Amino acid sequence: MHIPDGFLSIPVWGTMDVVAVPSIAYLARRAQREFDHHRVPLMGVMGAFIFAAQMINFPVGNGTSGHLVGGALLSFTLGPAAASIVMTAILATQALVFQDGGLLALGANVFNMAIAGVLAGYLPYALLRGRRAGVFLGGMLSVLVSAALALAELLRSGVKMPPAVLTVSIALFAVSAIIEGAITLAVVQALERIEPGFLRRPRGIHGKGVRALAVTSAVLAGAGIYVASRRPDAIEQLAAQTGFSSHARTFFSSPLTDYKAPLAGLIGLLIIYLLCLGVSRALGREGA
Amino acid sequence: MLLVSIATLTQNTLIACALYLALLIAAAAAAGLPIPAMLRGAAAVLPFALCFAVVSALAGDPGRGAMLVVRGYLSALAALLLIATTPMPDLIAGLEWLHAPRFLLQTMQFLYRYLIVLMEEAGAMRQAALARSGSVWDRKLRFRRAAAAAGVLFARAHARARAIHRAMLSRGFEGRLPAFRRIPFRTSDAAFLIVACVLTIAVRAAFR
Amino acid sequence: MSLIVEVSNLSYTYEDGTQALKEIDFELEDGATIALLGANGSGKTTFVHHLNGILPGSGQPSGSIISSGSIIIDGLPMTGKNLREIRKRVGLVFQDSDNQLFMPSVLEDVTFGPLAWGMTQAEAVERAEAALDRVGLRHKADKAPWHLSAGEKKRAAIAGILATDARLLVLDEPTTFLDPPGQRALSDLLASLPQAKILVTHDSAFARGLTGEAVFFDAGTIAARGPIAAMVQRHGWQ
Repeated sequence: MHIPDGFLSIPVWGTMDVVAVPSIAYLARRAQREFDHHRVPLMGVMGAFIFAAQMINFPVGNGTSGHLVGGALLSFTLGPAAASIVMTAILATQALVFQDGGLLALGANVFNMAIAGVLAGYLPYALLRGRRAGVFLGGMLSVLVSAALALAELLRSGVKMPPAVLTVSIALFAVSAIIEGAITLAVVQALERIEPGFLRRPRGIHGKGVRALAVTSAVLAGAGIYVASRRPDAIEQLAAQTGFSSHARTFFSSPLTDYKAPLAGLIGLLIIYLLCLGVSRALGREGA
Repeated sequence: MLLVSIATLTQNTLIACALYLALLIAAAAAAGLPIPAMLRGAAAVLPFALCFAVVSALAGDPGRGAMLVVRGYLSALAALLLIATTPMPDLIAGLEWLHAPRFLLQTMQFLYRYLIVLMEEAGAMRQAALARSGSVWDRKLRFRRAAAAAGVLFARAHARARAIHRAMLSRGFEGRLPAFRRIPFRTSDAAFLIVACVLTIAVRAAFR
Repeated sequence: MSLIVEVSNLSYTYEDGTQALKEIDFELEDGATIALLGANGSGKTTFVHHLNGILPGSGQPSGSIISSGSIIIDGLPMTGKNLREIRKRVGLVFQDSDNQLFMPSVLEDVTFGPLAWGMTQAEAVERAEAALDRVGLRHKADKAPWHLSAGEKKRAAIAGILATDARLLVLDEPTTFLDPPGQRALSDLLASLPQAKILVTHDSAFARGLTGEAVFFDAGTIAARGPIAAMVQRHGWQ
């Protein structure tokens, strides 16, 4: 799910970088809380934990095994803001040390996984007050949202995906999401046996917070559908099948379209971002 | 160095790519890096890129697909160049110069410091688990055991973090970590930067 | 000779109710060396963690920070106000050196203490280099901690303490992870240092190489204090 460099078009990775930077700055300040650097060793070590935990095989099928992605788990144990920062640290380290994920695309990857993914993972957990379903859904949504956003960004950059491939990709994402949910739940249960104090017990969110959350979830879902249904290449495919001339095809893939269509998608993403910001502020008041 | 990568990643035509490749190889040679290893390393991104290329070809636009492969490869090579020539502490210091949040950078510093330690712990636990249940065929049991292993690893990581914090307090930590080393920006660095930018932009402009 | 450590009537109970320390009285003269012997869980580590104030609380300087009883380090009573000064004087060397060497390079780690205590970068580096010379690790100053052997890590940790002019060295199980040559090297190094030393250890042979006196911990109390040989014999500690 880490997008390498060279795949995203300039408007896409440019905007994602622009979006990610202030968000991370804001989240860092929130995670830091009054210049308190006492949390740094814990966060660093938890980041290293995620790396190390990825070495553990969770058997899921005939010979296949899944691995913990961990964004949701981090949010349950550190709180969403700190979890975002830790995930960012992980993604940056992966890009800068292990060459996993692009450098220019880092903004996009950070937004997908460290910001949106972590938040999407935390919401069900918080809403369901830490019940098992919340844990499972949290793990699932964190992967689903990250993957959906990555797919959207790739499509918006003009990467070709005929509907068949798209369906397969989405199916794969759904499966990974379910696996992550299962793994996250299993690990949370193991943690509760070892020491219940590891996980934060969210007291639920009341009042306008809930409404903001409901709106956000709706928007996230809506944005996902919106982006998916605006696939330029599906239209292009259709055009080719109904015998449009090659001229029309080049029109679709001309630089003009490349610059205009992303704009609409990016506005959608921007709305998601602003709502996420609002939500995390609301969550913050709950002592998250 | 970063600027070189950025400029590299925005090209569109084939000849430009060949020139960029030459530039990157030259830079690698100048830095004293093993070229074949680097070329192979950058190929790690190829499977991902090739999938898309094949799909593009099937969708009737092979040029785009090929472009994707090339761009992916060149970007990976550029990134590898950066990674191979700059040690992590310098990278972090560079990020601080770019005004990345210090909280994030310090987390990265600790992450990097304890990465190997935790991986060794995880590896040891994996070995122990294998030794005890290598022949267990029940997938559900293995799954739960893996979760238990992850749980124990988590608890150890947590305990270690607490111990580290105590050590920091003992040695005078009162809420602020020391600043990162500042890398001197010598005139040779400036010269390199200018030359690199000029070259990359020239290649790009020449093939607009 | 003045006392560098004066503990009277120290008691400490964990959050879950177990009493870890029961009315401990302890004194150490400046420049002297003593060993703390006793089984796991007898309270040795809990005790030494009180000596620089990281127990009882989470370590934040606050009003009352002792469970009960009094601790005086180098003439300074243990209060929130004195915490900083006390931590400058007490050099605690943890059992797992990886937890102590938390900076990305040896030099950065050894300069951490001096910098934290307010010295300038230049002074800190000068002290760090002197300390590394003392422990014989100057040539590894720029290495990352994971490139060091267990013995080197232990010496690097000690260098970190020496760089800040600690008056009291407290070493918690220093020979863990060390092979016999490493233990010998450590023993020689410690013998050459003039500071007062407290050695928490299982290894009575190692202790005997550095001091004749020991204190025996048993279930949170000091059961006996006297010559090591007698202690070992009486409590069957080999």
